[in-house]
Amino acid sequence: MSSLTDQAPPGAAAPVADPPDKAGYTVVPTRHYARWAAAFAVLVLVAQFTHGLATNPVWEWEVFAAYFFSDTIVQAVWVTLQLTAYATVLGFLLGTLLAFMRLSRSPVLQTVAWTYIWIFRSIPMIVQLVFWFNLSALYEQLGVGIPFGPVFWSVDSNSLIGTIGAAVIGLTLHQAAYAAEIVRGGVLAVDSGQSEAAAALGIPRLRQIRRIVLPQAMRAILPTAGNEIIGLLKGTSVVYVMAIGELFYQVQVIYGRNGRVIPLLLVATAWYVVLTSLLSLAQYYVERHYARGADRTPPPTPLQRVRRLVLGMRAAAARPGPPTPVPLKPFGDRR
Amino acid sequence: MSEVMVDVHGVHKSFGPLHVLRGVDLRVRAGEVTVILGPSGSGKSTLLRTINHLEKVNRGWISIDGELIGYRRAGDKLYELKEKEVLKQRTHIGFVFQNFNLFPHLTVLENLVEAPVSALRRPRREAEDTARRLLDRVGLADKAGAYPRQLSGGQQQRVAIARALAVSPKVLLFDEPTSALDPELVGEVLDVIKDLARSGTTMVVVTHEIGFAREVADTVVFMDDGLIVEQGPPAAVLDAPQHERTRAFLSKVL
Repeated sequence: MSSLTDQAPPGAAAPVADPPDKAGYTVVPTRHYARWAAAFAVLVLVAQFTHGLATNPVWEWEVFAAYFFSDTIVQAVWVTLQLTAYATVLGFLLGTLLAFMRLSRSPVLQTVAWTYIWIFRSIPMIVQLVFWFNLSALYEQLGVGIPFGPVFWSVDSNSLIGTIGAAVIGLTLHQAAYAAEIVRGGVLAVDSGQSEAAAALGIPRLRQIRRIVLPQAMRAILPTAGNEIIGLLKGTSVVYVMAIGELFYQVQVIYGRNGRVIPLLLVATAWYVVLTSLLSLAQYYVERHYARGADRTPPPTPLQRVRRLVLGMRAAAARPGPPTPVPLKPFGDRR
Repeated sequence: MSEVMVDVHGVHKSFGPLHVLRGVDLRVRAGEVTVILGPSGSGKSTLLRTINHLEKVNRGWISIDGELIGYRRAGDKLYELKEKEVLKQRTHIGFVFQNFNLFPHLTVLENLVEAPVSALRRPRREAEDTARRLLDRVGLADKAGAYPRQLSGGQQQRVAIARALAVSPKVLLFDEPTSALDPELVGEVLDVIKDLARSGTTMVVVTHEIGFAREVADTVVFMDDGLIVEQGPPAAVLDAPQHERTRAFLSKVL
C-alpha cells in the first residue's frame, strides 16, 4: 500500500524551483509544424489559382472590362435590384401579416396562414413563376364585384400584370412564406413579459406590436432575413425563364450572340458579389441599430475599427519602445 | 372611513384542472396599503393579476373605484369588454412586476413616456416633464438617458415603479417587487415603496418581506391554498395569528 500524500507517483515532474534569475522563466511557444505545412500548401494553391486567373487567356479580361459597365448590363443590374427590392418589401410585409395571423387567437386565421406557408414552401420557385407567367391561361379576366355574384369592373389579366408584374408576384408570394416563419420566430424570441408589461400599461394593441415587440424581435429576425434577401437577390436569376431582362438573362443573351461565355458569366458573378457585399454591409448597420440597449457599450462600426487600427499603428510607430499590439476584436465578433 | 378602492368579490380562477383561487373576497380602502403574504402556490400572484385583468376570472367580479374591471353590467348580465376598453381601464391600475419587464430597447425616459403618450394621448412634452419628476422622486433623475441594461436591478425596479406611476393610476399593484433582487438592493426599492405609502398611494403588495409588512401595511392578508385565511392589522396577523396555517407559515419565515 502506498500513501497518497508523502510519495509522488512515478514519472511526476520535480517540484518547481525558483527561476535562476528573479525576472521569471522564458516561455517557449509550441511549434505547430503541421499547421505551418498546411498553410504553405494552401498558399501555393491560392497562388496557382490567382496566377491562372491573371494569365489564362480564356477568362478574356478585356471582354469582361468592356461589358462590366456597358449600358445593357447596368440596365440589367437595375432590373435585378428592382425585382429584389419589390419582392423583399412586399414579401416581408405579407410575411409579417401571415406571422401575426399564425400567432393570433383566431383558429381560422391560424389555419389560413399555416396553409399558405405549407403550400408556398412546397412549390419550387421556378414552377410557381411559370404558373404566374401563364396566368392568363388560368384566369383570362380579373374583375372586382360581389363574391360569387355580378362583376362590376374587369380587365384582361395579361395587360394588368405583365411579365415583370408576374415575376414580382411570384417572388413575393414565395418570399412571404419564408418571411412569415422568420418574423414569427423573432416574435416568439421576445420575452412574454414584454407584451404583458405593455398590456398592463394600457398601451394599444397595434402600438404594442410596432413599438415594443417588433423592434426587439428584429434582433432575432435580421440575421436570417439578411440570408433570405441575399438568397432572393441571387434567386431573381431564376426569372430568366420568363425572358425578363435581369442580369443573368441579359448575360445569356449577349454570350448567345458573341460566344464569349466565360467572361460574360464573370461579369454576372462580379455584379452579384458586389451587390451581396453591399447588402451585407447594410445588414451590419441595421443590426447595429436594433442592438441599442442590448449591449452596455455598442460595438464600434467597421469605419471606427479601421480608424482605431490606423491611429494605433501610427501611435506605435511614433513610440520608441517595442510596439504595443492594438486590441482589436475580429470583424464578425459583435459582443 | 375612506371609500373602498379595490373590491374583490367571490373570485374563482382555474388553470385547467388547477383551482388556484377558490372564492376570494378582499376590500382595499383608498390610501391604504395591503400586503398579501402566503406560501408559494397559494394564489397571491394570480389574485393580483386578476385585479388588472391580466387573468380573467371564472367566477365573481372585481371593481376599482366602483368601476367593474373587464366587464360592463346591464341588469343581471355581465358583458365582456373589448380589449381596447380593458386597456383603457388598465391605465387606472399600475402594475410592478417581479422581473421589472422594462423595455430594454428604449431609454429610461422613453420607458416612462410610452404609456402616457400612446394610451392616454398626453402631449409628449408634458409626459416627459412628468417622467423627469417621477425619476427624481425615485432618485434616478440622472439616468433618464440610460438603457435599462445599464442599470442595477434595484435601479431597474425603481424605474419600473416610476413607469407604473406615469399614467397616474388610482391603485398600484406590486408582484413580489424585491424577489429578483440581490439582498443589498432590496432596501432601496422598499424605501421607494414606503415613500409612496406615506404619500397616501393605494397599494396592494405581494411580498415575502415580513419586516416591510409590519412597518408599512395597514392590512396584512394571509393566503393559503387559494383562500384568504386571515386578515387584519399587522400587529394582529403577524404577532397574534388566529389560524394554525398562518402560525405555521410565520414560524418558517420569521
